[in-house]
Amino acid sequence: MQTELPQADARTLSAPTEPGAEERAFQTRFETGIAASIKIEPKDWMPDAYRRTLIRQISQHAHSEIVGQLPEANWITRAPSLKRKAILLAKVQDEAGHGLYLYSAAETLGISRDQMVRDLLSGKAKYSSIFNYPTLTWADVGAIGWLVDGAAIINQIPLCRCSYGPYARAMVRICKEESFHQRQGFEIMMVLSSGTPRQKAMAQDALDRWWWPSLMMFGPPDAESANSAQSMRWGIKLFSNDELRQRFVDQTVSQAEYLGLRVPDPDLRWNGERGQYDFGAIDWNEFRNVIKGNGPCNRERMRVRTQAHEDGAWFREALERHAAKLAQRNEGTAAPRAAQGAP
Amino acid sequence: MLTPSIQFAYLTRFGDTALILSQRLAEMCGKGPALEEDMALANTALDLLGQARLWLTYAGEIEAAGRDEDALAYLRGDREFHNLLLVEQPSSSYAHVLMRQFYFDVWHNLALARLESSTDPRIAEIAAKSRKETAYHLRRSSDLIVRLGDGTAESRARMASAADSLWPYTGEFFTADFVDSTMAEAGMAFDPHALRDDWLRFVRQVFEAATLHMPPLDAWMHKGGKQGLHTEHLSYLLAEMQVLHREHPGAAW
Ligand SMILES: [Fe+2]
Ligand SMILES: [Fe+2]
Repeated sequence: MQTELPQADARTLSAPTEPGAEERAFQTRFETGIAASIKIEPKDWMPDAYRRTLIRQISQHAHSEIVGQLPEANWITRAPSLKRKAILLAKVQDEAGHGLYLYSAAETLGISRDQMVRDLLSGKAKYSSIFNYPTLTWADVGAIGWLVDGAAIINQIPLCRCSYGPYARAMVRICKEESFHQRQGFEIMMVLSSGTPRQKAMAQDALDRWWWPSLMMFGPPDAESANSAQSMRWGIKLFSNDELRQRFVDQTVSQAEYLGLRVPDPDLRWNGERGQYDFGAIDWNEFRNVIKGNGPCNRERMRVRTQAHEDGAWFREALERHAAKLAQRNEGTAAPRAAQGAP
Repeated sequence: MLTPSIQFAYLTRFGDTALILSQRLAEMCGKGPALEEDMALANTALDLLGQARLWLTYAGEIEAAGRDEDALAYLRGDREFHNLLLVEQPSSSYAHVLMRQFYFDVWHNLALARLESSTDPRIAEIAAKSRKETAYHLRRSSDLIVRLGDGTAESRARMASAADSLWPYTGEFFTADFVDSTMAEAGMAFDPHALRDDWLRFVRQVFEAATLHMPPLDAWMHKGGKQGLHTEHLSYLLAEMQVLHREHPGAAW
């Protein structure tokens, strides 16, 4: 599907002789090709800024998967049926898997997972601020699947064609699973909204609380989005924040109608001329505030991650030490491992 | 004499044990010491939950009183649960999580292997399906016991302490009551005593590789879980697990 570039390019022919030659060649690829058909691989030369932008973007995405486990894991132990418990457990496990693929994709750019985890825990690296909102009822689990995974898919489908190979390939795997999550979340909402009056009220309350934060997941409006232009030139961002947000609104409003739930936006109405929905103003102050650390759960999420990391230090150290001992013992002799086989 | 109520009691022992351990592991979700551990914990919890559902569904059918897996999981109190005491013990540290899992996995594999030749084809089928999963659980937990026992001084001390504190909950694996012996006589189950030597041999072999000492074989042992007499921990676990379901009687999810 993707067009491979000819082998002989600046990077393989010779070492850079003049500053900027490689960079010009790199840029030329993007200027002369279609961004979505270019694949940069880990061994290819790439400008520092491209590398840094990708590290920031991929690690932020990985951290979101990891921190994103917490609000949903909050309901695994209380899931209202064993079937729902199993589905939710599997979902949260998928998210950990997404984190793993993405950390691996970022590692191909020369940063270690340890470093990325340190950056997350120190607050240097960010994660999606949606996960700083609390899951107060079971319906929140449905709303997250439906809206948050739904928004993630809209954000991520284009990234399956992004210019960095390992990231694009990770996104292909991830998007398949996210669409399961979205369907499962929608199904929870469907059962609730056709259930008892209390269940229906629970579903509406969840939509009321998750709607606006979900719209914020697409990032600041295009006019204020600092890194967008360069990222779009490099094919690591293929649509603007506002375009993707509009796509989400257009897709989700009819789903809410199907559920018999009301979208909490008095300004929401169909615009026949544009063929899209018009929607109300987003409270960007709230968005900036949550990013700054002042959301309902920012401190709690980091406290849990930090504690898990610190409590696990002895475990990780011990595995390293054991591996070192084995390597030492196995020098020369291939000692059989003890304790093998089932009883 | 074999009656449906004895079969029901026996099936809930396996179902409840798998369910409660799954619930303990699910509590850890997203809080493990490494991403790979988080995934493995969730995986084990999922396997055990799947097994619990098979056992409880069958128990409900045998009982023939209209209780399905959810009625049994969500609407019984702690005196009606028949899980082993070991699995309800709290995850006080990751060393406890792994040691609890290891003691259990060794027994679970031995027990399921016996149940595979049960004269009740449904029991045999559930056991065979489960053992495919638990064989992997045991490989993983044994391997980690070895690596952490023979890791750093700190990890050895933590594993040794977990081994000692959970040891008194392992006696229940091997004690038989009327339910066990009736099921065994009917060819549907096995004599619990008969698993002890194999269990000890395997645990000893792993502990040796892990440079851990075996706790004393004649130690005093707790009992009562299989008969519905639990530690104080179970009621809290159930309160959390059942709260939402009980808050909406009769609702569908
Ligand atoms: Fe994900
Ligand atoms: Fe997801």
